[in-house]
Order: sequence, then C-alpha cells, then structure tokens
Amino acid sequence: MRVGDVVRVAGRALLRNKLRSFLTALGIIIGVAAVIAMVAIGEGARARVEQAFASMGTNVLIVSSGAKTAGGAKAGAGTLPTLTWDDLRAIKSDVADVKFVAPRVHTTGQVVAEDRNWLTVIDGTTPEFFEIRNWPMRLGPGLTPEQADSGAKVVVLGQTVAERLFGANSDPTGQIVRIQNVPFQVAGVAERKGQSAGGGDYDDVVFVPVTTFLAKIQGGLQKFIPGTIMIEVDSDEQTTAIADKVAALLRDRHGIAIGGEDDFSIKNLTETASRKEESTQALTMLLASIAAVSLLVGGIGIMNIMLVSVTERTREIGVRVAVGAKRRHILLQFLAEALALSLAGGLMGVALGLLAAERLAVRFGWPMLIRPEVIALAVGFSAAVGIGFGLYPARKASRLDPIMALRYE
Amino acid sequence: MDDAAARPALVEITSVTKTYRMGDVDVHALRGVTLRIGEGEFAAVMGASGSGKSTLMNILGCLDRPSTGEYFLDGAEVSRLDADALAEMRSQTLGFVFQSFNLLARTTALENVELPLVYTGLRPALRRARAKEALERVGLGERLHHHPSQLSGGQQQRVAIARALVNRPRLILADEPTGNLDSHASLEMMALLQQLGDEGMTIVLVTHEPDIAAHARRVILVRDGLIEDDRWTQAPRQAERPAAHVRVAAP
Repeated sequence: MRVGDVVRVAGRALLRNKLRSFLTALGIIIGVAAVIAMVAIGEGARARVEQAFASMGTNVLIVSSGAKTAGGAKAGAGTLPTLTWDDLRAIKSDVADVKFVAPRVHTTGQVVAEDRNWLTVIDGTTPEFFEIRNWPMRLGPGLTPEQADSGAKVVVLGQTVAERLFGANSDPTGQIVRIQNVPFQVAGVAERKGQSAGGGDYDDVVFVPVTTFLAKIQGGLQKFIPGTIMIEVDSDEQTTAIADKVAALLRDRHGIAIGGEDDFSIKNLTETASRKEESTQALTMLLASIAAVSLLVGGIGIMNIMLVSVTERTREIGVRVAVGAKRRHILLQFLAEALALSLAGGLMGVALGLLAAERLAVRFGWPMLIRPEVIALAVGFSAAVGIGFGLYPARKASRLDPIMALRYE
Repeated sequence: MDDAAARPALVEITSVTKTYRMGDVDVHALRGVTLRIGEGEFAAVMGASGSGKSTLMNILGCLDRPSTGEYFLDGAEVSRLDADALAEMRSQTLGFVFQSFNLLARTTALENVELPLVYTGLRPALRRARAKEALERVGLGERLHHHPSQLSGGQQQRVAIARALVNRPRLILADEPTGNLDSHASLEMMALLQQLGDEGMTIVLVTHEPDIAAHARRVILVRDGLIEDDRWTQAPRQAERPAAHVRVAAP
C-alpha cells in the first residue's frame, strides 16, 4: 500500500464527517492552543521580572544598616545606623572584584522650580551610583566625582521630575531648583528608567551629591551612613562570594564575635532575581501541565471517535480484508486517520494559541515570547497523542474477523 | 464423465472439517469434505442455510481455516497459512462477489474496482487503467464515476464482479450473488458469470436457489456438513445475454 493511498483514504474518511472530525479535533485544538498561550503567559511574566531586575542593576549587592531594637521589637533594616564611611572605604579598597561602591541616602521633599513644584524622592549619592544602576544621562554631564566630594549644590533630575518642573521637551540643564530653600543647579537629566517591579516610578527622583545631602538637606552623624551601600561586582557568579567577603569584612570591622548576630544586612539582587525567575518558571510549568491535561482529554476524544468509526465501518474493513488487505494495512489506515485528526487539530491549535498569546501580550503589555521549541513540542505532543490513542482502535480494527465483519449489519 | 475431470486441479480439499465453539457447544459446520475443482470449471454449491455451504465458501476463500484436513489452492497448501499469507492469497488468486454487493459507499465505481489493487502496491495510473478495463468488461464503461447509490442493484453487482476480476484471479467465489437482485437482474448476472466461465474463468457459485444453480455445469449439494451430491450437467441452462454484453463481447 502506497503512502499516498494511506493519506488519501484517511483524508477522505475524515472529510466525510466534517463536523464530527472538527469536534473531535477540537479537544486537541484547545489543548495545544492552551499550552501555547499558557507558556507565552509564563514567558511574558518571566521577561517582565527579568526586565525589572535588569533596571535595578545586575550583579548588585545592597548593604543596609542593622535594626533598632525597642522592647524586643526589631524596627527593620536601616533603623540603627551601623555602617560607617570607613566601612564604605574599606569595602572599596579591601574586597577584590568589586567594580563600584556607592552610598545612597534618601528622603522625600519638595523640589521647587520657578513657577512649579513637585514632591519627590531626594537621593544623596556619588557618580558610581549611576554606573551601578546602568543609568546614563539624557541631558547634561551629570554628577562629577569632584562635585560629590566637595559638596557642590548640583542636582540630577529624574525624567518625571524634569517633566513636572520644566515641561516635557525642555532642557533644564543649568537652571536652578530649590530643595528646602537651598538653590541647586541642574547638572543633568537622567534617562527614562520606567516602572519598577512594584509599580513605582523610577524616574520620580532627584540626585544630589551625598556630601551636599548630609550638609544641606538632612544632617546626620558624621561617622555613620544614614542609608545603604550599593556594590556592583564584576560578574554574576561572584555575587554570592563577594557578599560573603563583604559580610566577613564588616563583621570584623564591627567587632562581632563568631556566632554573634550581624548588625547589617546584605541583599543579593542577582539571587533574588534568579529566585523570582525560578518561581515564574514554576508557574510556567504549572500552567503548561494544566494545558497538557486538556491535550490528554483531547486524545481520549480521538480514541472514542475512532472506536465509533471502527464499529461503523466494520463492513468496509471486512471488504478490504476480503480483497487482500493485510492486518497492517488496516492498522495503518486507522492510525493515519487518528494521526491526521490530531495533527490537524495541533496545527489549528497552534494558530489559535498564537492568536491568544498575541492578544494577551497586548493586553498585559509584555513582549510576545513564543519559542519555536514550544510550538514543535505542542505539535509533536498532539501527534503522539493521536498515535497513542489511535493505536487501540486501529489494532481493534485490524484484528476483526473478516467473516464476522462482512456479515455485520 | 466430463472433460473437466481431466483438467488440472485448481482447488483440492481433502477431509476438511470445521468445528466452531459456540458457548459450551461444538458446532460441526463441516464434517469431512473432499472436493476437487478443476481449472475453468463453473460449479454451484447448493444447500439450505445451516448446511455448511457458507463455511465451505469461507474456507475456499481463504477467509477461514479448516479445523482438520488439507486445502491446496493453485498447488499451494493454504490450510495452515497465517493471516498475512492468506491475505496475500486473496489478493493474488481470489476474487469475491457477495450477496449484498459490499461496495464502499460514496466511492465511485472506478475506485471501488481499484480497491484490491491498492493492496498490491501497483502504480495508481496502472491501477486506474486496469479498473477501467474491468468495468468495461462487465458493461459499465459508461458508469465509471457513478457512486453505488446512483446505480441499480444489477449494476452494483456488476461493479462487484469487476472488482473481483481486476486482480486477474484464478478463482472467483460468488456467494449468493443474485440474492438481492430481482429476477431480470439475476438472469443478467448469471449470463455475465456464464460468459466469464466461457472465457475460461474458474467460478464457484454458492446459492440455495435451484434455478440459479441450474446455470452451472456442475452442482454440488451440501447437507449437514457433508457433500451429499455432486452432479454434472452436459447442457446447463443458458441465461439470455443482454445486448450490452453481446456488444462488449463482440470483437
């Protein structure tokens, strides 16, 4: 029997009952579409998380001061200043493979331009901060190391603040804004960074040199950093090792005995990012496996209809056997039918799934991410379902007794 | 008796029995049949229902295997062949005609006739040509693309005969071929079978109607699983040939 004959006979049998064939394939169509859409959702979410963490800076450690204890209740990281400027310098000089170190202190306050004002976050930091956050200037030179050291009254505006104070398409470089009645010259506007993972606006912020911050905006103890230290390390793999080294250094400097509790905390963003990624991956797997169950149900539908078909066509099978068809010819014929059903369903499901994924991507505003492997897997799986569930009916057909089959009414 | 007895044997069965198990009871459908059919014979197997004639037919047609005994078909021992080898036998050596035509519905006459050739792996173009030739031989050259539902019973049965002929078999087995036909179509059918017989085809016809059996040169009577009578007729009844066949048969 020729391949062409097998295909032709199967195609004709399916087209004879178009509605029934379509309804049977529908289970597979929905299953495959669901797998593709679900994986796309998972991937989209993952891409979003990745994006969020990339904008926070990669390979970044954040060191916070310890927690104040009042009557046994811990007040949270940073409430008890323990990090000193000497600690910062020590990290810079003593820990290898550290790329940048920057302090970050912040408060909220009103920023006033000539005729407009805006309540925003005021950050005190050094130029390294912009390196760590991968945050270039859109306009102006930005903070210089000299300004940071000398306590110059200069400010870098976030895009949102620049728009609020000076309008959308203006260049405020060189203009004066007042922060707590102190005039600052605008040294630049930072590039738009967008939304944070938590939904906040990264661009609703201004940056001043940390020295100026402490002298003019929010005074503090001379010795301690009333904020955090941000560290960028050379590569991904090193973050954990460097975090340990920084911890050891700080414990040593703070004189904490072995077994004693840290009076600081280190947040490893790379680790957090990969954990988040793992959890979205788990979500993807979960969604995909739920979708796979519907594929399985679709397969059972195929088996059911193939069994009906075998019964209906008992006489045809008898005739075919009588005129010389061998068992494998009959087996092949019904297997081809099941395969054609599931493959056609699979392809239609791919089309439907892509459509759904695109809609969802537009709806949730994330990139449409469909890897070709997913499509290949879904189609392959539906073909496997067709063969798997078609095998039993096909075997049943091929083992019919021709004498009985010819007499079957 | 007849020169047919001297012809080389196409079918030779010896002491064939067939026992079915139905629930707890053994049914002895055939109790030891010995039969020899020579090449080119036109034989009718007669018997009432339950006589065992259908079982005999199934064994002759390689659809079933005898419980005991031997069956040589065209010189080959087939009584112990497996399912695939029997299928091969049916494909190469046998042609079937059934009482209820058993054509595939919603399939053209041409494609119905092509069906046996599909399982021989013959090239489609060649298949088509042979099917067309077979349909012309039974006088349906004008109806190649009709579906069974568009054909009369007699025409449907002629399509079935074309299907039986298309693989150029050594033996045609016709199981009550006139059972579903009116008397006129029945006579046409017998004329066609007689014509094939005259052309040298070996035909075994199963029927319970003496009128139909009378068209064969040899009538074998089966009763209770045994051959009761085996008679030769020098001058079998001649069915009148319809004009169409005369035209086809004419050179």
